[in-house]
Amino acid sequence: MSEPKIRLRGLAKSFGPKLVLDGVDLDIRAGHSMVILGGSGSGKSVTLKCILGLIAPDAGTIEIDGRDVATLSRADRRALNDRIGMLFQNGALFDSLPVWENVCFKLLAQKRIARGAARDRAAEVLAQVGLAASVGDLYPSELSGGMQKRVGLARAIAAEPDIIFFDEPTTGLDPIMGAVIDGLIVDCVRRLGATAVSITHDMASARRIGDDAAMIHKGRIVWTGAAASLGQTGNAMVDQFARGEREGPIEMELRK
Amino acid sequence: MRTPRRLDRVLDLTAALGRGVIAMLRGIGGVALFAAEALSHVVRPPFHGRLFLRAFVEIAWFSLPVVALTAVFTGMVLALQSYTGFARFNAEGAVANVVVLSITRELGPVLAGLMVAGRIGAAFAAEIGTMRVTDQIDALHTLSTDPVKYLVTPRILAGTLALPLLVVVADILGVMGGWLIGTQQLGFASGAYLKATFDFLQPWDVISGLIKAAAFGFIVTLMGCWCGYTSGGGAQGVGRATTAAVVASSILILAVDYVLTALMFSR
Repeated sequence: MSEPKIRLRGLAKSFGPKLVLDGVDLDIRAGHSMVILGGSGSGKSVTLKCILGLIAPDAGTIEIDGRDVATLSRADRRALNDRIGMLFQNGALFDSLPVWENVCFKLLAQKRIARGAARDRAAEVLAQVGLAASVGDLYPSELSGGMQKRVGLARAIAAEPDIIFFDEPTTGLDPIMGAVIDGLIVDCVRRLGATAVSITHDMASARRIGDDAAMIHKGRIVWTGAAASLGQTGNAMVDQFARGEREGPIEMELRK
Repeated sequence: MRTPRRLDRVLDLTAALGRGVIAMLRGIGGVALFAAEALSHVVRPPFHGRLFLRAFVEIAWFSLPVVALTAVFTGMVLALQSYTGFARFNAEGAVANVVVLSITRELGPVLAGLMVAGRIGAAFAAEIGTMRVTDQIDALHTLSTDPVKYLVTPRILAGTLALPLLVVVADILGVMGGWLIGTQQLGFASGAYLKATFDFLQPWDVISGLIKAAAFGFIVTLMGCWCGYTSGGGAQGVGRATTAAVVASSILILAVDYVLTALMFSR
């Protein structure tokens, strides 16, 4: 088996007395799309933030292309970030900048493109996510939720990264717009030949965008397998989660 | 039974005091490291000139009306107060000297600093705080951009350079306010008032005020950025950050004013 693109081993993280990640082990294959499933507070977002370098884990290793990211210098970490794209749950667009500057932010910040050429590049990338070039002149506050997600996607792919992260890409969208965004994600990831990592609790979305899937529960990976098999994995936890059943091994922590 | 209970209370009080002191020291250390990092980017490319200019215009140009009005009215009040006060021992002639010295050395920089703290410190804390709670700062990281270099350094540099300019304007308008009251209400001859003003004024009086202004500009922008950068807890957290930025900046301005005055004028 070839070397995984991203390898997590024994990843642990606590916030005060609360243990959020309790030894996460996960391999993500190069050029494939991995979906990490899990309920609210299960540690999905923290895992993603650890890989992105936004949170330092308390223990464990994160390897990308065989290199332990904890040992990277600041310059090497920046170089790694240059190859990473990220779509945030709420878009996280810069509201002081017009859409075209948001889309080409990384290219402009690294002076990989002149400001004049950036408008054309933004129009090109906006077209890839189904938006007209005229949207480039609007500000994020003038866009609908679905359009903000598309602009966020355009920003994530504008620098042609080889790893793309998606944080709950369909949350807050109607089912049709959710399917549209999923379709765009699949198209973009295939076109770039990128490795994708998505976190979601939307099962339809997970099946549409994932090649592989992993389930995280109480800070541990409890199952990995093919995304297509979700709902009939034979793992009681995953099947309960996929079917959205109240009864099963996963018990919601409700105060009675 | 009484003694252990009393001992418990003393220990609880000591522990609470200790926690407070540690939190304060941690805060001071955090601000110091944050400031050092922001300043280190002043000499490390890439530079964000466009963001510096935007912040400079925001601070220097858009704060001008409020600083100008404050300076004019302060100069007018100062002339009236010193005239009526000094009349008690026949020293009305010193009004022009008192006005120019008070404005250039003290009131110009301090009042401009406090006005800018209310306007700019709060705005920076709210803007950066909102960026923090909406993941925009995390987005900067993922877009290979250092958030401190991008958000903080241009603002601090702009504040440190803009406030002295605002104080030059405040000095001129403050003296004008005094002159206006002196000549129109208190019966001074215009030429004599201005001669008394400029004969008495030393370059160091103005320069010391400008040094203070640069320090206050640094403090206001640093605290605005720090409070916003470290905010959390949604809209309520941003509100708290905004209040903290204004309160901390105002107190620090007054404290640093004393320290700088002691350093520059103590004999």
